[in-house]
Amino acid sequence: MQDPINERSHLLNRRAFLSRASIGIGTAALASLLGCNPFRTDSSSLALGGGVLGAPHFAPKAKRVIYLFQSGGPSQLELFDHKPLLQQLRGQELPESVRMGQRLTGMTSNQASFPLVGSSYSFSQHGQSGAWLSELLPYTSRIADEICIVKSMYTEAINHDPAITFFQTGSQQPGRPAMGAWLSYGLGSTNENLPTFCVMLSRGTGRPNGQPLYSRLWGNGFLHALHQGVQFRSGKDPVLYLKDPEGISRESRRQMLDRIAALNQQQLEQFGDPEISSRIAQYEMAYRMQTSVPEVMDISDEPEYIYRMYGPEAMTPGTFAANCLLARRLAERDVRFIQLYHMGWDQHDNLPSAVARQAMDVDQASAALVLDLKQRGMLDDTLVIWGGEFGRTNYSQGVLTDTNYGRDHHPRCFTIWMAGGGIKPGIVYGDTDDFGYNIIKDPVHVHDFQATLLHLLGIDHERLTYKYQGRRYRLTDVEGSLVKGIMA
Amino acid sequence: MKPFTKFPVIKSGFALAAVAAALLSCLFLLPQCQQAKAEANPATAAGQKAVPEVVDFNFHVKPILSDRCFKCHGPDSRARKGNLRLDTREGAFAALGESKSRHAIIAGDAEHSALIQRIFSDDPSQVMPPPESNLGLEDYEKAILKKWVEQGATWKEHWSFIPPHKPALPEVKDKSWVRNEIDRFVLARLEQQGLAPGPEASKEQLLRRITFDLTGLPPSLEEIDAFLADTSPDAYEKAIGRLLASDACAEHLAAKWMDIARYADTHGYQDDLERVMWPWRDWVIHAFRQNMPYSDFVRWQLAGDLLPHPTREQLIATAFNRNHKITQEGGVIPEEYRVEYVADRTQTFGTAFLGLTLECARCHSHKYDPIEQQEFYQLFSFFNNIPEYGLIEPYGAIPEPYIRLSRDEISQVLTFINNTDTLDDIPLMVMKEMETPRQAYVLKRGQYDHHGEPVSPGTPKSLGAFPESLPPNRLGLADWLLAPENPLMARVSANRYWQQMFGTGIVATLYDFGSQGALPTHPELLDWLAVKFEEDGWDVKAFLKYIAMSATYRQSCELRQGLLEADPENRLLARAPRLRLSAEMIRDHALSISGLLNREVGGPSVKPYQPEGIWEETTGGGGGSTSSYIMDEGDMLYRRSMYTFWKRTVPPPSMLSFDAPTRDFCTVQRQETSTPQQALVLLNDPQIVEACRVLAYRAVEEGGDTPRSRITFMFRLATSRRPTDRELRSLSEYFEQELAHYQREPGAAARYLSVGQYPQKDLLPAPEMAAYALLATTIFNLDEAITKG
Repeated sequence: MQDPINERSHLLNRRAFLSRASIGIGTAALASLLGCNPFRTDSSSLALGGGVLGAPHFAPKAKRVIYLFQSGGPSQLELFDHKPLLQQLRGQELPESVRMGQRLTGMTSNQASFPLVGSSYSFSQHGQSGAWLSELLPYTSRIADEICIVKSMYTEAINHDPAITFFQTGSQQPGRPAMGAWLSYGLGSTNENLPTFCVMLSRGTGRPNGQPLYSRLWGNGFLHALHQGVQFRSGKDPVLYLKDPEGISRESRRQMLDRIAALNQQQLEQFGDPEISSRIAQYEMAYRMQTSVPEVMDISDEPEYIYRMYGPEAMTPGTFAANCLLARRLAERDVRFIQLYHMGWDQHDNLPSAVARQAMDVDQASAALVLDLKQRGMLDDTLVIWGGEFGRTNYSQGVLTDTNYGRDHHPRCFTIWMAGGGIKPGIVYGDTDDFGYNIIKDPVHVHDFQATLLHLLGIDHERLTYKYQGRRYRLTDVEGSLVKGIMA
Repeated sequence: MKPFTKFPVIKSGFALAAVAAALLSCLFLLPQCQQAKAEANPATAAGQKAVPEVVDFNFHVKPILSDRCFKCHGPDSRARKGNLRLDTREGAFAALGESKSRHAIIAGDAEHSALIQRIFSDDPSQVMPPPESNLGLEDYEKAILKKWVEQGATWKEHWSFIPPHKPALPEVKDKSWVRNEIDRFVLARLEQQGLAPGPEASKEQLLRRITFDLTGLPPSLEEIDAFLADTSPDAYEKAIGRLLASDACAEHLAAKWMDIARYADTHGYQDDLERVMWPWRDWVIHAFRQNMPYSDFVRWQLAGDLLPHPTREQLIATAFNRNHKITQEGGVIPEEYRVEYVADRTQTFGTAFLGLTLECARCHSHKYDPIEQQEFYQLFSFFNNIPEYGLIEPYGAIPEPYIRLSRDEISQVLTFINNTDTLDDIPLMVMKEMETPRQAYVLKRGQYDHHGEPVSPGTPKSLGAFPESLPPNRLGLADWLLAPENPLMARVSANRYWQQMFGTGIVATLYDFGSQGALPTHPELLDWLAVKFEEDGWDVKAFLKYIAMSATYRQSCELRQGLLEADPENRLLARAPRLRLSAEMIRDHALSISGLLNREVGGPSVKPYQPEGIWEETTGGGGGSTSSYIMDEGDMLYRRSMYTFWKRTVPPPSMLSFDAPTRDFCTVQRQETSTPQQALVLLNDPQIVEACRVLAYRAVEEGGDTPRSRITFMFRLATSRRPTDRELRSLSEYFEQELAHYQREPGAAARYLSVGQYPQKDLLPAPEMAAYALLATTIFNLDEAITKG
């Protein structure tokens, strides 16, 4: 049975179309609807779900993405990249033969000494692959057989703003569309009632005042505004401007929209401007979002065992754990790209205590999300990604004491993990040298990662382009190779 | 862009046959749909697009060569394959191969032209463009190239690199329609296509259009009534004069300039600290209010500091080139960012004044236009000599160079600065030239630390080399730009003001007059306007008036029978365009018709309604005054939208919803989209809900005694016309319905009336008042209310 809201909108769209036909506009109007002026694009067809590609370039392995972005640069050395040598050489200078003159950030380039420091936390092996994982990640350790740990990520930027912008948009400078926007543009929507690209933020306890975020990270750049990421927020207005004002009931809103549609319809008949029918359709989509967003945000119907899986914080709106649970709910509704940001991973000082708190914020819920997707049969076609914008140095920033140290930004190697749709489970990919400074095997550049992500969704990254200001742009700029070794 | 952009629309239930036909016609319109549409080539019965009788190089051939071939056979010598270049006459006709026995193009001999052989080849190793380039040619495009060669392969220089000359006026049949030269050009083109221009718009429609176009605000009811009552022949001209003389006009023109100048109230990276640039914005308003010649307006902004004995005002103007983003992120490499700032100024210069994508030549020579990488860095070197540092240090410092504007000089000389603060003086970043210019280099792959050859200031040869008689600095650059022989400056400027009045430029791509840009729909008209603008002393207001006085501008926007088929995008202008208002105009419209609008001009930016928490949830704890949003109160909530505080990393979301750019870089053209988010803003943003409530108060106080008269009052304010009987009936019915509803639920009525800070007025019982407020919101949400026709 079709629900009344959808039926109504279907009728409305149909009516809009018929009225166009009835005043004899026909094909030319449609050509204009499909028009190629990038600055005046009709949106109704987009709202109805179409992506530019029509169909993927090849059969996709994943239908949707949940990206658990760890903002600030999680230390791979305390979490994933086990380096006993650093413990042995604790306090000794980073050899120039390892550093090889690579640039440092302005925060440590003036440091007189670069004392090596190993992790304060112990590592042990897990799963069939025997992956080394830190004691800070007990829950992640239990899903070692589900995830693919990439130890050989590297990036070009050494500061947060350019590095995170690079990861999310393929360019260090602002202005390009975010990954989720590219996917929305390429593949369109699979849910009529929710945005294609949803974003949620949470603040870590490791460094509550750490690095900021920027709305450009989920921006549409030069793509149509419909591809913009929509932020889902805890609190009374989960999407900006979603909530009706005080004193407006649902019924009264419906009546208002009907009246607006009827009057707009009269204008359409007089002027025949296809933009009017587009506006009618957009008001209907807005109305549907007003119903479907609160419904997805209301987690009171989740059973007790789910809260146990995700941990007690899942009951507190706005936490990483609560966002993971919402991510699963959005994934169930076929939202294409679900982007989480967890802030606070920037441990320049007091790293041992702060990184433990950060890990505690995310470990249980990240693992629970993977398991929850799996138990619902959704892991096969959902790609889950966990990682930050760069790694951290193997030497201490600031004074190294018996119990304390910090680490500066390190772009030359860091670790992320991926799971689900099209990813080989239970493997460790790539490797770093014994100092944890350079990659020695299977390097993965940010653009390679992005090319692979698109590939898993059925997209050839060289063929998803948008011509803007005379040039064909793509997420991976002019680079990017598939990381075949991690694909199932 | 792919031709089948919105293909899946078929799945949504549109009639298949119609879609198939539309897709075919859409396909034909690519890649240069703008001009192809203007050509209005009919599809034949078989669905094949007809290749034109006479193939024109600039209009038909060059766009294909540029888009599909130049990447490997264009201006960038490093990327060039097979030693073949197709962007110059010499290159295209040169003998190829070791024995010099082959030619890509032999005029009149398609069979032996290698280019034609290769594009028609079935052999994947031979066919051009190669399959892996994803740049394949459509049959129609191949046919164009073949026919062009057969017809003698006539070569023409790129149209926009030839300086404009005033063309002869074309002959037209319907002379009685013509009001000024613009109409001759437009009508000649319409007659050529067998189309007739439209009737003149109604007086109400015309006044609404010109008032929005010149001031960004709607006409008041008094203005509408006075205009309707004025039957003198120059009533319209008088209205234009009144509008052009208003402060609102200066503000509106300045608001447009803010996108171009990438104006913002924060530095734009990481913690996104606050900066003080609004005194420069006040200067821009002042300059438009004085109707300063556009040439001086540009010269002062580019090089005011280099003028002999510069005034303070001329120094303030140069803040234009300091509006770019600046980082304070600890640990960055300052030189990396300093280079970014210089590149930003260079790009802004290219986009705003030359209409070229210069930035494409930053890492390698331009792929499409004759701009070598070295030439990019020659332009770069003009902007490279500022005593500046890439990093704000210490945290929160004002980036050098800057001047301090004292309270005394503001009150005595710089009276255009609206200093509402009690501060003693105001610091303002400006341009300053180093005594010894900093040596500039070609930067290999665009990287700040990969120095190539040293370069000195200069301009691209293709646009006219930089004369030795001019000083090799920004002042010389401004003179070069503003010289009559500059092929682009006047065209680009005239085109942008045309776009402001018609929604689309004569060149649709305001930012690109190069090979990949759209071609002018009316090339002679564009040249006419460019030369006229320059000859008339770059007089912006006279130019806008000249456009407004044309019969072309005054047409009705009604779609007459057959017009949508003949010219779907209205590039031939057989009617006026119907355009959605901009983000600023929509909010200002609501404030204006409610009477809330605070007409104070200039001063520091203000913080009106914004959803709670959106600054706080992204901040990292730094940022000082930008870490949390402290909303203003009272009158400050109702300033024009151009004064809304612009935090670059989290811009005002209601403005972004309506396509305002982020101000990260120079933007000359906004997107025009229609989204669900826009509906949510207009329905639920407290700014709009409150304005509609206050509009309802006005209706009760000034709009007569009956629901019908009050609804008519609100409808007229929102749309500038009277509702039809049918509309009035519908809205009155709705009023009765909502009145009954609120009478049943008086609590809901009271709550609806409590939205916003504006004090409630006790004019009517709450249910009745709420029903009027709801009616106001309904009317303001009509498509027509946010549209100018």
